[in-house]
Amino acid sequence: MRMNQNIAISETGFLFNPSTGESFTLNPVGLKLISYYKEGLNDDEIISRMQEEYQVEEREISRDLLDFKNVLKHYLLVDNND
Amino acid sequence: MEKKVYERPHIIKLDAGMPGKFGMRAETPAMTHVFGVAVKKLVEKHGSPLFVISEESIRQSYRKAHKAFSTRYPNVQFAWSYKTNYLSAICNIFHSEGSWAEVVSGFEYNKAIANNVDPKKIIFNGPGKSDDELLTAANNGSLIHIDHLDELYQLIDIAEKATQRPRVAIRVNMDTGIYPQWDRFGFNYENGQAWDAINKIMHSGKLDLMGLHTHIGTFIMTASAYGIAATKLADLAMGLQQKFNHTIKYIDLGGGFASKNTLKGSYLPGSDISPSFDEYAEAISSALLNSSLKPDSLPLLILETGRALVDSAAFLISTVIANKRLSNGKRATIVDAGVNIMFTSFWYQHQISPAQGASQYREDTVLYGPLCMNIDCLRESVNLPILNKGDQVVIHNVGAYNMTQWMQFITLRPNIVLVDSAGEVQLIREAENMDSIQHHEKMPDKLVINHP
Ligand SMILES: Cc1ncc(COP(=O)(O)O)c(C=O)c1O
Repeated sequence: MRMNQNIAISETGFLFNPSTGESFTLNPVGLKLISYYKEGLNDDEIISRMQEEYQVEEREISRDLLDFKNVLKHYLLVDNND
Repeated sequence: MEKKVYERPHIIKLDAGMPGKFGMRAETPAMTHVFGVAVKKLVEKHGSPLFVISEESIRQSYRKAHKAFSTRYPNVQFAWSYKTNYLSAICNIFHSEGSWAEVVSGFEYNKAIANNVDPKKIIFNGPGKSDDELLTAANNGSLIHIDHLDELYQLIDIAEKATQRPRVAIRVNMDTGIYPQWDRFGFNYENGQAWDAINKIMHSGKLDLMGLHTHIGTFIMTASAYGIAATKLADLAMGLQQKFNHTIKYIDLGGGFASKNTLKGSYLPGSDISPSFDEYAEAISSALLNSSLKPDSLPLLILETGRALVDSAAFLISTVIANKRLSNGKRATIVDAGVNIMFTSFWYQHQISPAQGASQYREDTVLYGPLCMNIDCLRESVNLPILNKGDQVVIHNVGAYNMTQWMQFITLRPNIVLVDSAGEVQLIREAENMDSIQHHEKMPDKLVINHP
């Protein structure tokens, strides 16, 4: 999944989408996931990275990632062809 | 390297400035304990969902209400409205504080008797009393509040068989300036029905007219409506004095004081706008004291306050079953308490707190119960932190009507515990089991399925 071009993210979790003018806030885990997407990692890579860094089971992060991606799509923050 | 604590990823769209349709964001801090007891411990021991009631909180509310009235009017008596919460342990807390019982059915009447309430201190309201129930109440000297003319005639007949003269009051309905006007119970003041009933009672010579009663409605947000009601009942009492030289013993203003809950559709929280006991007491007492009632024979003032005395004394603990994303992007959380045990979620936007250390990230959430029914929604919109499966939430102000109006529907009713004044947790109603339901069913022989 690819994040839309142009999206600006601050280190504090503030996200701005210049094509719509909308702003968002992210929690640290949300910010982390977005930065992995921006780096171009795929879901499997993200899931294993997250398990290395956080106290989280694979099941939980997989479920949350799925949900999170849906929200990003809903807010039109990702390319929809994935 | 130590791993970081994980929390669900979260993104919120920022809206420019204005508070949302559902008012200002009410930040509800985490409530790890209810009435001093850890939520986790309660759930471990008694399961989830779980109603938790505080004895101390009931006693405090009662004393506050009693003080508001007794400091303004010389002669005050509360009667506990059984339908509001008739768990025997709860009734007996009120009785031990001095409350009489106010009941509206034969079943509730028997419950009060079983709780050892002096039958003379039971007020029997309601439009549907049977001959047997009326006869028992009459023989016991209970206070029978007559709702309609048919009941008045019924009672005159029963008086022939009764071992003592029935002690009665009439229920009066009236315009107190509030909408909707409750006119389906009792006799109307403005159109003269109340006087018709009084004349009939006095001329029959068979009944002791002890008092005058009204219950103007429920969750009344304007205290002044009670002032109007008190004035009108005082007028009737004065008329009785003049016409029949009859002094009534009491004026009963019913229930209906608002609790601290927030009504659906209300922009401001009930905790900010519901009148206090002092405001209600001021309106009622000054109306009675300013009436033409003689100071040396002021009637007893009876109050049948229900929800305002018990709502805030109970919480419902519920556990998160799952999270979902709705098609419009909104988060939905499913918890294990449904509207079958949370009847008042049809009226109120109950305040809801997370029960564990909450993150600062909050999201507008729909809170659903576990029933496979579209109506099963506890809150259409509530600002909650990220909750995980297995987390708990605490639902506030559930003490009134839920534990009586609940339905055995789809799931069984859960445990109810009381945190007593010593801080001990006591089970006061056991969760239902299959047997609670099956026990009452009968299977016709030919429908029994036998496997070979
Ligand atoms: C006759 C009567 N008294 C008292 C009450 C208690 O009302 P509330 O819980 O609103 O105080 C009711 C409730 O409907 C009632 O019908």
